[in-house]
Order: sequence, then C-alpha cells, then structure tokens
Amino acid sequence: MKIIILGAGQVGTSVAESLVSEANDITIVDQDAGLLTALQDRLDLRTVVGNAASPSVLKAAGAEDSDLLIAVTQSDQTNLCACRIAKTLYNLPIRIARLRSSDFLDSKELLDQNNFAVDFSICPEQVVTEYIVKLIEFPEALQVLEFADGLVSLVAVRAVEGGLLVGHPVADIRRHIPRIEARIAAIYRGDQPIIPEGETVIEAGDEVFCLAATENIRDVMCELRKTDKPVKRIMIAGGGNIGFRLARAIERDYQVKVIDISPQRAEFLAQQLSHALVLHGDATDEDLLEGENIDDMDLFLALTNDDEDNIMAALLAKRMGARRVLALINRRAYVELVHSGPIDIAISPAQVSIGSLLAHVRRGDVAAVHSLRRGAAEALEMIAHGDARSSSVVGRRVEEIALPKGATIAAIVRQLRFPEMKPANDLIAVEVTHKVIVAHHDTRVEADDHVIVFALHRRLVPKVEKLFQVGFHFL
Amino acid sequence: MRINHLRSVARVFARLLIIFAGTMLLPLAASWLLDDGAQFAYDEGVLITLLCGLALWWWTRRHRGELQIKDGFLLVVMTWTLLPAFATLPLVIYFWPDLSFTDAYFETVSGITTTGATVLVGLDKLPYSINLWRAELVWLGGMGLIVLAVAILPLLGVGGRQMFKAEAPGPMKESKLTPRMAETAKGLWLIYVGISVACFVAMKWAGMSWGDALVHTFTVMGLGGFSTHDASFGYFNSVRIEAVTIVFMTLAGMNFATHFLAWRSRALSPYRWDPEIRWFLVVMYASVLGVAVYLWAMDTYENFPEALRYAAFNTVSIATTTGFANTDYSQWPLFAPLWMLFLSSFVTCSGSTGGGIKMARAMILYKQVLRELVRSVHPNAVIPIKFGAEVVPHNIVFAVLAFGFSYMVVLVSLTLILSFTGLDIVTAFSAVVACVNNTGPGLNQVGPATTFAILTDFQTWTCSMAMLLGRLEIFTLLVVLSPAFWRK
Repeated sequence: MKIIILGAGQVGTSVAESLVSEANDITIVDQDAGLLTALQDRLDLRTVVGNAASPSVLKAAGAEDSDLLIAVTQSDQTNLCACRIAKTLYNLPIRIARLRSSDFLDSKELLDQNNFAVDFSICPEQVVTEYIVKLIEFPEALQVLEFADGLVSLVAVRAVEGGLLVGHPVADIRRHIPRIEARIAAIYRGDQPIIPEGETVIEAGDEVFCLAATENIRDVMCELRKTDKPVKRIMIAGGGNIGFRLARAIERDYQVKVIDISPQRAEFLAQQLSHALVLHGDATDEDLLEGENIDDMDLFLALTNDDEDNIMAALLAKRMGARRVLALINRRAYVELVHSGPIDIAISPAQVSIGSLLAHVRRGDVAAVHSLRRGAAEALEMIAHGDARSSSVVGRRVEEIALPKGATIAAIVRQLRFPEMKPANDLIAVEVTHKVIVAHHDTRVEADDHVIVFALHRRLVPKVEKLFQVGFHFL
Repeated sequence: MRINHLRSVARVFARLLIIFAGTMLLPLAASWLLDDGAQFAYDEGVLITLLCGLALWWWTRRHRGELQIKDGFLLVVMTWTLLPAFATLPLVIYFWPDLSFTDAYFETVSGITTTGATVLVGLDKLPYSINLWRAELVWLGGMGLIVLAVAILPLLGVGGRQMFKAEAPGPMKESKLTPRMAETAKGLWLIYVGISVACFVAMKWAGMSWGDALVHTFTVMGLGGFSTHDASFGYFNSVRIEAVTIVFMTLAGMNFATHFLAWRSRALSPYRWDPEIRWFLVVMYASVLGVAVYLWAMDTYENFPEALRYAAFNTVSIATTTGFANTDYSQWPLFAPLWMLFLSSFVTCSGSTGGGIKMARAMILYKQVLRELVRSVHPNAVIPIKFGAEVVPHNIVFAVLAFGFSYMVVLVSLTLILSFTGLDIVTAFSAVVACVNNTGPGLNQVGPATTFAILTDFQTWTCSMAMLLGRLEIFTLLVVLSPAFWRK
C-alpha cells in the first residue's frame, strides 16, 4: 500500500514506525527538514519537505497514485485542507485527518465527501484521555481495552495475594463465577508469556489478561485481586492537551487538582475548568506536593510533555505517599526502564492512540487494534467475512482454524452492527442485538462475526490478518 | 476644561433640554383633557425649559466639536442634576408659594433617579397631571436619559459610548448587543416601551382605572414607587393588582440587555444563561418565603397565606428598589424591614432600572472573598473570578472593590451627617440607605406611612445628593467633583 503521512511529529513518527514494518511504501511530509533527515536515517521511507496543505507538495509526495493519506500535522486546518486537496486534485481513496478541536466534529456534513472529505478523523489526545479515564474507573487494572464498540473489554491485572483465583488453576474461574463467561487470554510471568491451559496455576505477581463482556469485568477482576477502595482524590501534573481534557472529563466525579508550571496555561485552565482546583507551580516541587496533601491522593497522574519531568514527578509523588502513580512517557526506552519500578502505570501515548489509526490502515477486516505490553503483543478485532468456501475462518470451529502458534481466539461477538457500517441515515438503523461468546475449542465462527484475537508477538499479526482475508487459503 | 469643551457639552445639553420640554407635553395634554386646574403650571414650565434650551442652542449653533471622554462625564452629571431642576417648574408653579424649591427638587430628583421618596402629602387630592408628571420622570429616568439621547440624537457619535457607560448601571458595561451604540440604545428603549405597554394592559386588566394604570406602569417599570395614593397599594387592596405588580417589578429588576437578547432570539435561553438573573430570582424569592414564615411565626399575621401576600408584595417592592407598600411594614418586627432594605442594596441586576450596588457586583465581591479564603489554604491556586462562563478581568474586580468601599463610605458618612443634624439613628440610616439605593421609603420617621417632609432643608439636600450618588453609581459624580477632572 502507498501511504502519505503529513506531519512528522510524535503521532506521525509512530505511525510511520509501525507501518514501515508492515512493508508499505511510505512518504512522510513535514516542514522541518532536520526532523525528516533524522527519521530517514532510522526508517526506510521517503521524505518531502514542505507545507502539507499545498497541492504541489502533495503531488511531490506522490498523492496521484497513493492509497491512503494520513494527515497528522499539528494544525487541524492544515489537515482538513490537505484532505480536501487530496480528494479534489488527486482523488486519493482514503483520507484520515487528525482533528484536535471538537468544533469540527459537531456538524456531520462538514467532514463529508462534498466538503472537507475526511473519511476518518482521529484525535490522539482524546483516545489517551479516554484510556486514562478507564484506568481511573478500574483502579486495579493496568490496562483496560474495549472491543466491539465497548461490548467486550480486555483488562490487564496484576494478580495479588488474596485474589480468589491466585494460587489456583485457571479452570477454577468457571466454578467461582459460573454465571459469567470470562476468558484468561494470556499470562505474563516476569517477561515470559504463558498461553494458559486449564491447569495453569496463577501466581501472585503474574500479569493476567482477561477478556469478558464489559458489564462483567469488575467481577472478573475480583478473581485476581481484592478490590481497591475507589478513587476519589486525583492530582494531575501538567495541564497540557491531555491533562486538560482529562480534568474536564472527570472534574465532576472526582476531587481533582491540576498543577501547571506556566502561569498563562494555569490561568487558562482555571477559566475552563469549573470544579477542579488549578495550581500554578512545578509538579516536581516537593513543598508544593506536600502542601497539597500528596499523601491523601488516590491517584497521581504525571501528564506533562516532558518524559523526564513525568518520571521524576511520579517517583516523587509515590515516595511522598500517593497511592497510585501514573506517568505519560513518550520514549519507548524510558517505558521499558520504569517498567516494574515504583511507577504503577506507564502510558505511551503513541502506543495507546495508534490502534485507532491502525484499524483504518489495515485491510478492511480489522475493526480494532490495541497494542499490549508496550507494543510487544497485540489484540485485534477481526471481522470474519465470506463463507466456508472463500474464508479459512468462517464455518470452522476454533480448534480447526490454523492460527499461528502464540495467537489465540479469545472471544466472538455475533450480529454486531459496527457504526461505520451503519446506513448513512442513523434513523433507520435498527437496534441490533448482539451476543458475546467466549471462545472454546468447539465454538464455530459464523460469517460477519467479530473475532477477538490475542497475539503474543507483534510479528504474528500479519499472519492473523492474512488468515482472515477472503479468497486466500492459508495452509 | 476649556470653554470649547463646555461648548461641546452645552451643544448636546441644549438638545436634551428641548426634548425634555417635549416630555412635559404629556402631563399638559392630560391636564387639558381632564381640566384638572393645573394647566397653567405646564405651559409656563414648557416655555421656560424650551427657551433655555433654544438659548443654549443659539449659543452653540456654530460649534463643531466631538465630545471627549471628560465631556461625557460632565454631560451626564449636568443632565442628572439640571434636568430635575427644570422638572421642578410645574410643581413649584402649581404649588406657589407653598412648595420650596428644595422640596420640589427633592421630589423631582426622587422621580428621575427612580427612588420614589416623596415630600408631598395628600396625593389623592392632587391634580392627576401632577401625579402623571412625577411618574413620567420615574419612567424616563428608569431606562436613562442619556440612553434615550443616544437612541434619538445622532450627533453624539463616539462620545455616546462613553456617556452610555457613565450612566448605565452595573460593573461590566461593554456588553454590546449590536455593533452600533445607537442601535443598542434604541433596542433597549424599544424593549422598555414594549414591556411597559404590556404592564399597562395588565394593570388595567387587574382592575385599575386607565389613569392609575398609566401612572403605576410608569413607576413600576422605572422601579420608582410613586403612587397616586397616600396609602400606596393599600388603596387598591387587591391581590390581583399586587400579583401583576410583582411580576412586572421582577421583570424590570432584570437586565434589559437580557430581555433584548431574548426578544431578538425569540427564546428564553438568555435568561437561563444569565447568572445574575438566576441569583436575583433565587435570593429575592427565597427572602419572600423567609419573611413570610418569619411574620407568621412572629404572629404578625394569623395565617400563612396572608403573611405570604404581604411579605411577597413588600419584599419584592423594596428589594427591587421600587418602594410601593400595601401595608405599613415599619410596624413589623424590625428584622423584616431591615432585611428588605438590605436586599434593596444589591439584589437588582445590572442594566435594570433598579438601584443599589447590583447583583453582579455583589457576586463579584462574594467570589473575591471566597477566592481569598481558598488562596489562604492553597497558596498556589489559580482562581479566576467567573461570571457565568466568562472570567471577570482583574481591572473590573478592582473597580468593584473600590466601588464597594466607596459605597460603604457614602452610606456611613451620609448617615453620620444626618444624625449630626438631629435625626435618630434608625431614621437617618434608613433614609440614607433608601436614598442611595433609590428605594424610597425608609423606616421610623421616613417610613412607608409617612413622607420625607419632616426633614429640614439641609437634610433634604443631603438626601437629594444621596439619590444622585446612588443613581450615577458614585464614581460618575465623584469624577466630576474631583480636582483632576478640572485640571488643564
């Protein structure tokens, strides 16, 4: 596939990184020549220097015969403009734009084919914010990921002494919570992945990935650790894009304090937020943290733009008594570094938000992609198209499907109508009934099922995708 | 202040005077129509006012000068001090020689500042046209003389905005409803006239005579409080009339800019989004209930509905700075009338026809106090003062603080002056509060059942001054009195 990426910022770079490895022709456009040179040294791609919203630059980037445009520059306006130009002049088939401001999303016709011609819009900050909100709702979880429009959730939980299932074989989960269909998709002991069999015993300290219908997820987590007391007091360090969005999303439900180092930004935050308390100061200033009762905080979130600041602030907050600390870390090396240290959760924004983009990039059968374990593993929501003759999945039992070793089918969602497949007019979209089926070896996959596949290694993903392609039989 | 500036001011003032002479035609017409024996008072009054206006106009006819910021202040102050002087003409001439200029000036200032305090007794026996003239002054002063001038005089130009700000009540005067000031002024007057017409019809429907309906429409809309009867609303003794009056007093106590927005968008949402109106309604009607329960508990009234009726009418009337009464509430336990006077000092909205420091300022003051409290616990906290969704700029917060302080100083010093001249403290204090807030009746010797006629000349002048200070929100008057204003 020929892909043009506009903007070599954090998002653009991580998109490029993950797509390059999947053997695509990638051209990346940015105004900063230095940035592009550095990128070209690392990755095998073409670069074009120039303004992404100008037709000649798009032409130079090969817009005429490209399949996909990913406009992820800092400016919403540039992204919109580029999509329109790509549609009008080069009839580029799929255009994805990053839109930070929700203003553009308020009216639907603005982005349709006759206007800005944006097929999909993404907002990485919003995705990260929603991801963190989930973590606040489920304070026991390391990661909460949703599939099939939120029907199915995958949670990563660290098993702790005292959880009902800890020290027992996996199969016991059926006896403990007989009403609930849940599936333990993978266990990581240290860094070693284990594909759980019925008799695998869960040990304290294991990182366990569980999959269940979203409404049951809380019960399932109880199996692995005692429920923590719910989060009430939250301190956010850094009121940037993510910090601000998060504060606005949760300020009514929790006691929120936001710290920002810039007086202007603090002023802005205080104007925009109505319940949260905005503080001007340095989040790594221990006097400030102490004065604001850091030891009473249930959750400390370090969300500034600076990795080092986030790590230091989170470490400091943890030492000063914050119950749980979370740090936003962009650099992959740092994420590995702080892993299993005092920082409870490290979030890599690129890893979190790239899934929503990758789902659009990969061939049509992928409905959702989430990267797990800092990008090492991946969970995919695939759509099984076709019939028993054209597909190597449909009509077969799970045990008959030739999945590569290390990939498992965790669950199936049947008869779901996905929003993008809805008729244009929402009013005639009937209420769709759906069923979440936790996969067993004899479950049969039907046409149009959404199949949730857990891949222990990223390199297995292309094989899984191929398996789900119609008309190509994998041996 | 050079003579040039004076001439620019005089040029506009001349036109104002001529228009003002025109407003005297209404009572003149009423007088002729009813043949109430006061005709002679108006034709002379109109004549003198018109001649003065024409003379000034003649003097400045060749002058071409834009009004400067300073000129605007001077013009506003001149308008508010000199027009009442001309307005005394019909009264002085009619009563000659029984009514001194001091008392007549008090009466007209009380009208034009929408206070409603009176020195006249035997209102029922006065010619109808005299009562109409007093009421018309209230109505004109309600929306503002300068706003009227800006609406109908195109010559004001840029200076108009400055004067508009000098006269308009409330802390934030930049809310421009339309791109042009003249259009804004016209819109506001149009809304004012519209609601007045509705009020007139409602009053008639509720059972007043046409004449009473007109006078009371004028004084309700201006939140003035003049009545055609010594017993005020006690004369009508009608729940229906009182209910209608409460509704229109409440409407007039809201920001007319919000009425304008609601009318233009044909929706009620502007009322919902105006935080001032929300607090105005909540504070006032919670007080109504509180006073009713209090009166009932104190056995002032035997049953609750009766207590509620009197509490509702008098509380709303005093809180909105109108000053009607349907009973002698100064006989109530002292807490109730004091609370009502307290409400009158801040409850009405900015941009309404009411007096006091306005709800917007009270909200800003309250939030400033809250901010200081939170700051002492969280030294690093950034807490903007918000008014609805908008943040109040620092300079306005400081202006409001200064205003609050000078308001206090004015209250205290005028109270001291009055008590120095021999009034008892309740009378002195309530008279000052009632005058500065443009409410009307005070307590004790100046209570709702009596008048301000017992005051000496000096005390009367002090009260006239207090009313003007209150209506022009202190600073406009102080600016003109300050030496810096006159320095070249």
